[in-house]
Amino acid sequence: MIKKVFMRLIYFVKNDVRYFFKKINSMFRNKIDQYQRAKLQLEDAKIQIDPELERKIDNKELPILSLKNVTITFGSGKKVFKAVDDVSLDIYKGETFSLVGESGSGKTTIGKAIVRINPLTSGEIIYKGRRISGKLSKYEDRFVIRNIQMIFQDPAASLNERATIDYIVSEGIYNFKLYENEKERVRKTEEALISVGLLPEHLTRYPHEFSGGQRQRIGIARSIIMEPQFIVADEPISALDVSIRAQVLNLLKKFQIERGITYLFIAHDLSVVRFISDRIGVIYKGKIVELAESEELFSYPLHPYTISLMSAIPIPDPILEKNKKLIVYDPSIHDYSEEKPRLREIRKGHFILANSKEFIEYQKKLESINTNQA
Amino acid sequence: MDKERKVVLSLKNLEVKFNVRARILRAIRNVSLDIYEGQSIAIVGESGSGKSVLTKTFTGMLEENGRITNGEIWFEGQDLAKLQTNKEWQSIRGNKIATVFQDPMTSLNPIKTIGSQISEVIMLHQGKSPSEAKEIAINLIKRVGIANAQKRFYDYPFQYSGGMRQRIVIAIALACLPKILVCDEPTTALDVTIQAQIIDLIKDLQKEYGFTTIYITHDLGVVANVADTVAVMYAGQIVEIGTVEEIFYNPKHPYTWALLSSMPQLSERGTELYTIHGTPPSLYNEVKGDAFAPRNPYAMKIDFVEEPPFFKVSETHYAKTWLLDPRAPKVEPPKAIQNLHKKLSSKLGVNDR
Repeated sequence: MIKKVFMRLIYFVKNDVRYFFKKINSMFRNKIDQYQRAKLQLEDAKIQIDPELERKIDNKELPILSLKNVTITFGSGKKVFKAVDDVSLDIYKGETFSLVGESGSGKTTIGKAIVRINPLTSGEIIYKGRRISGKLSKYEDRFVIRNIQMIFQDPAASLNERATIDYIVSEGIYNFKLYENEKERVRKTEEALISVGLLPEHLTRYPHEFSGGQRQRIGIARSIIMEPQFIVADEPISALDVSIRAQVLNLLKKFQIERGITYLFIAHDLSVVRFISDRIGVIYKGKIVELAESEELFSYPLHPYTISLMSAIPIPDPILEKNKKLIVYDPSIHDYSEEKPRLREIRKGHFILANSKEFIEYQKKLESINTNQA
Repeated sequence: MDKERKVVLSLKNLEVKFNVRARILRAIRNVSLDIYEGQSIAIVGESGSGKSVLTKTFTGMLEENGRITNGEIWFEGQDLAKLQTNKEWQSIRGNKIATVFQDPMTSLNPIKTIGSQISEVIMLHQGKSPSEAKEIAINLIKRVGIANAQKRFYDYPFQYSGGMRQRIVIAIALACLPKILVCDEPTTALDVTIQAQIIDLIKDLQKEYGFTTIYITHDLGVVANVADTVAVMYAGQIVEIGTVEEIFYNPKHPYTWALLSSMPQLSERGTELYTIHGTPPSLYNEVKGDAFAPRNPYAMKIDFVEEPPFFKVSETHYAKTWLLDPRAPKVEPPKAIQNLHKKLSSKLGVNDR
């Protein structure tokens, strides 16, 4: 009996103490936030982009992001595995650049390297004239995080199961103090949630209460709340339904139009990629094998790997789909013993990985397609 | 379709309810469906439409808070809805109705060899000795297209790629020569190239073993390839069912129209993709009238009042919409999905080369 009363007492005291600390916390929270915000702003002011450069990027004269001879390897000693092999890319402001290839081709590795999850083995990544690969100072690191965000592939694994949606979405602005007061933080979080088609009352829920499509939208909400300039979207729709797929794609497009966001879109589903990208790079075993504008690539696919990828696209039409022929890519058809291949421009903006002998063949093929169509 | 075909699985007025935090969610609302022997039926619908729950009712894999509250599931003269214990299910699940899951990563045990996982199933369900089981297992591994089966028998799942793992999952599912193979989004986690191979494999195996396949998928491209019958689900109900040609070329239900219209293949560059406005109804509440009505641009007054019955379009084609009522005004399907075949052939003409 005494024990019971005692336990009750402890329980009440505990609650009182908890309440007391909560009160104190809320009293000082604002002051602490203000101080940290000022500190961060001061540091962030160290990074200044030349307005001339900014103008050139806006006019698409210069790329907003470029990869220069990027190589990424995993493992060490004898077991080195080259995930990305000497990849160079330029991505211009406001465009959607897609990387397509099968799993293990290194497309996600490139995406992760841009947001500084995977370190480069050699080469460099330039964002707005600044090197963002390798060792960076703290404020440079923050610059990258603020400007470049990533949407992850698996909406099931990329959300913290034990955090509420409120926390997940506002974690970024918490860390960067991108709000004046609690009210504004809630407003921003709610806005982000609404803009991706979810409801403010979802804020107190946990990730497991949502379906795959909703989770993916939470993933998008938490990246756009940072107001980034560049988003690496790693297969954001491959786990989603057709109808939700369209919603998510429209959402991404909407943000692109409204805020001029540039996307690096990583996907294996060519049927979707075709309609959303401006340019497409096809990647095979860590090398870009073909790169062209979207319609150009689909009208004149040259590399055998690209052709095999295209043959695998499911067509939502019973007659076409049931008569479809699958073309399997055989890498041994390339004879690179005499001359190593490199990326060559076969037509304006259309690059292909070939040595000089193959290059001539590809040119002939391109001509024959042209004459056939004429 | 041939009327003589034997019904292998028959669902009658099935209803499934879940207890979620003291509230009741009606996940399946009065579904009746006959599945014929040798058929491949695809169940399509948005996530949350209940397509996975539906298949879980006849594989005995409903979550603990879910139960069948009404209806019957007839399979081989037995009402599966009455089965309670795991033991009773064991003779059905895996043995006669097998499932291939979406994620080959999580459906295999990472600390047991591939071989032991396949032979375990064979020993358990067919009572074979370990050496016999091994022999069967190796044959199966070979059959699903994995080279060097003798050696790979002793490998662990992490030594396999995603596509190969899915092949193994298929091999396990086939180990007991099931009557029905349920493929729950078998290729969503895989690449397009691998996806095409896995689908071809399942189709080949179906021809060889003659089982019935039930695909759950949201990829209409896959549906077009594999299915001969398509059932469209919305908010826990089947709203339209027909042969694959009927569903793609002559859809009747506005939800099917919406689903088809949202295919990215039909969109023009630079324009918005078609989306279905709003969200599916909450199944916690009683749904009044047609569940799709609030999102349906063609909705009529009656749609909000009374639930439509199934209207017969042809022998094989039924749709649950008031638009088919003789009194309803004539409504043409949206422009985007008329002449689907022509449109797609011209648009994707490149692929023919």
